[in-house]
Amino acid sequence: MMALLEVKDLKVRVEEREILHGLTLTVNEGEVHAIMGPNGSGKSTLSHVIAGKPGYEVTDGQILFRGEDLLEMEPDERAAKGVFLAFQYPVEIPGVTTMNFLRTALNAQRKARGESELMVPDFLKKVREVSKSLNIPQDMLKRGVNVGFSGGEKKRNEVLQMALFEPSLCILDEMDSGLDIDALRIAADGVNALRSPGRAMVVITHYQRLLNYIVPDVVHVMSRGRVVKSGGKELALELEASGYAQFEDAA
Amino acid sequence: MNVAVAKTGSGRAVSDLFASAEGRLPGSPDVIAARREAFETYERLGLPHRRIEEWKYTDLRALVGEVLPLAAAPDATALKRAAEAVKAHAIAGARKLVLVDGVFAAELSDVKALASEAGFKTLRESLDKDAGLLKTASTDAVIAVNAALATDGVVLSIADGTQLSAPVQIIHVATAASASAVTRSQVRIGKGVRATIIESFVAAGAAAYQVNDAVIISVGDDADVAHIRLMDDAADAVNITSQFVTVGANTKLNVFNMTSGAAVSRLQGFITLAGEGSELSVNGVNLLKKTEHGDTTLVVDHAVPNCVSREIFRAVIDDRAHSVFQGRIIVRPDAQKTDGKMMTRALLLSDEAEADNKPELEIFADDVSCGHGATAGALDDSLLFYLKARGLPEKQAQALLIQAFVGEAIEQIADDTLREHVIGIAERWLERRS
Ligand SMILES: Nc1ncnc2c1ncn2[C@@H]1O[C@H](COP(=O)(O)OP(=O)(O)OP(=O)(O)O)[C@@H](O)[C@H]1O
Ligand SMILES: [Mg+2]
Repeated sequence: MMALLEVKDLKVRVEEREILHGLTLTVNEGEVHAIMGPNGSGKSTLSHVIAGKPGYEVTDGQILFRGEDLLEMEPDERAAKGVFLAFQYPVEIPGVTTMNFLRTALNAQRKARGESELMVPDFLKKVREVSKSLNIPQDMLKRGVNVGFSGGEKKRNEVLQMALFEPSLCILDEMDSGLDIDALRIAADGVNALRSPGRAMVVITHYQRLLNYIVPDVVHVMSRGRVVKSGGKELALELEASGYAQFEDAA
Repeated sequence: MNVAVAKTGSGRAVSDLFASAEGRLPGSPDVIAARREAFETYERLGLPHRRIEEWKYTDLRALVGEVLPLAAAPDATALKRAAEAVKAHAIAGARKLVLVDGVFAAELSDVKALASEAGFKTLRESLDKDAGLLKTASTDAVIAVNAALATDGVVLSIADGTQLSAPVQIIHVATAASASAVTRSQVRIGKGVRATIIESFVAAGAAAYQVNDAVIISVGDDADVAHIRLMDDAADAVNITSQFVTVGANTKLNVFNMTSGAAVSRLQGFITLAGEGSELSVNGVNLLKKTEHGDTTLVVDHAVPNCVSREIFRAVIDDRAHSVFQGRIIVRPDAQKTDGKMMTRALLLSDEAEADNKPELEIFADDVSCGHGATAGALDDSLLFYLKARGLPEKQAQALLIQAFVGEAIEQIADDTLREHVIGIAERWLERRS
């Protein structure tokens, strides 16, 4: 079976400095992968390159999504194909209401896939359902995208989008940072509800706690721009106990 | 004086302009004499150029060259074409007053419906009784041209206490190519009036024409008035508009100006707050592309104490277009407790786009709160990426951010229908971009 995501020997530079030094990662449909690793090890860089953020120079390697070369695609094409990145730091967009943004984005993705636009009542119904399950008040949706949202609200808004767009690859960059315990559980429940045989998740986190809620199939340790170790969910517990020092030496 | 032999770039003698127009100009011999005098002022000054401070960024000699001869009065074919344009640009529910190539077109206007609520005459009908219609508070060469050559206009008078049941929309339609339409209108708004006045400038197939319009508006005390101007002239047209507005006491005046057409345009507004306790809100949007040049020049004169003025201006500039915003706030010695603020922002969509911003505060009173702010910059890359990562193609992502940007000015329009209409103009402009 073809992998959903294959990152092969990826080398990435930012402003003349190499950040990823030959990273390899394979994610199959239905799997949940966790990526852990010290600050600055390149986790967000990897997620940005997969999503297509400008400013990164790929000097070597490949990223294949269902066998297609992702690096050849514009960010919006990747989104329409089913790649979704929940940002570590979601931006604020004043003057664009969340509701308008959600509808425009959803319809743009559908259009790119040759699907018809979602009718307004169907769209509203769907947004209402999902936002309710994530404990997002309706008036938040009338505000500018993320404008004046608390850190936790911004993260919940990312999960809301994920639920609405139904991507096949979800990359969650530190969705647990800034969330209180209740909010974390609600967001994690939202993510778990999206687990399905056709969908894979890559969960980037510093904390084992999140992995109690979203239980991974595979855990990777990243250090200095490479995956230095992969294992089962028990690897996260090991890390919690002994820290990253052993891998820093190895890398 | 050597003006008699002054020639334009095309070799036409400047003086021919007046001579050839004379048969078309309404007014008694006295009025015609006043017109001739105004024309001589223009002949003496010529078109404004960059060495005249107020026109520093908009050199009409370089940009326009000459004033074109007056358009012929519209014939049946022209009126038919104009009717189509009127249909396309009419605002739902508004009462229309239509000027075609500078001439009032009764058959396209809603004079009857309006007559029950407001006094209406054409400029042509009014000039003989009121030669003062040709006088304005300040004058420059383009205003002089207007006084000399105005063929028609609307003279509207709304009596004290009237609440207009529908907005009035003055629609200027151009059907004649390579000719001038020169109009002058007056709107007298009484005490306690609630009214919305809209002015639209549109083309009906005409190209390379010139519009020179002047509007004189007086608003009485305790009134609540919206004045909205939507200029969407042909891509190669010229539009020069001068507004003279006086505001009474305890009045609310909400002004909005939109530029989304014309190769060269200048809107110069002179607004005097002449009664205490009034609130003025002046907002505007310039949408410019290709090599368009759009100039918005506003002078807000606080002549009395205790008034508030707010100006929000947004320019979106693509390709090699050039946007100019000049905003002057004058606070007269008596005008204590004036609160005047002006904020202008320019969004540059290309490296060659240009924005000039000249704010000026002339404050002669000591107990006031006045300020201005200005920014110019490109679209924020991190916002663009966020939208693209959510599936919006580049142009659509840009369009959404541009809408948000101009939205800050457009949302100052209180009326839902009008606001939606203006948003529609912006959306169509953005669609033409992509
Ligand atoms: N735009 C940039 N310009 C310069 N350096 C950058 C840029 N983006 C990332 N870096 C550098 O690349 C390295 C990896 O950063 P990245 O954000 O990917 O780390 P991370 O693993 O996500 O860290 P954290 O756990 O703190 O979120 C860091 O040293 C960072 O300073
Ligand atoms: Mg990070």
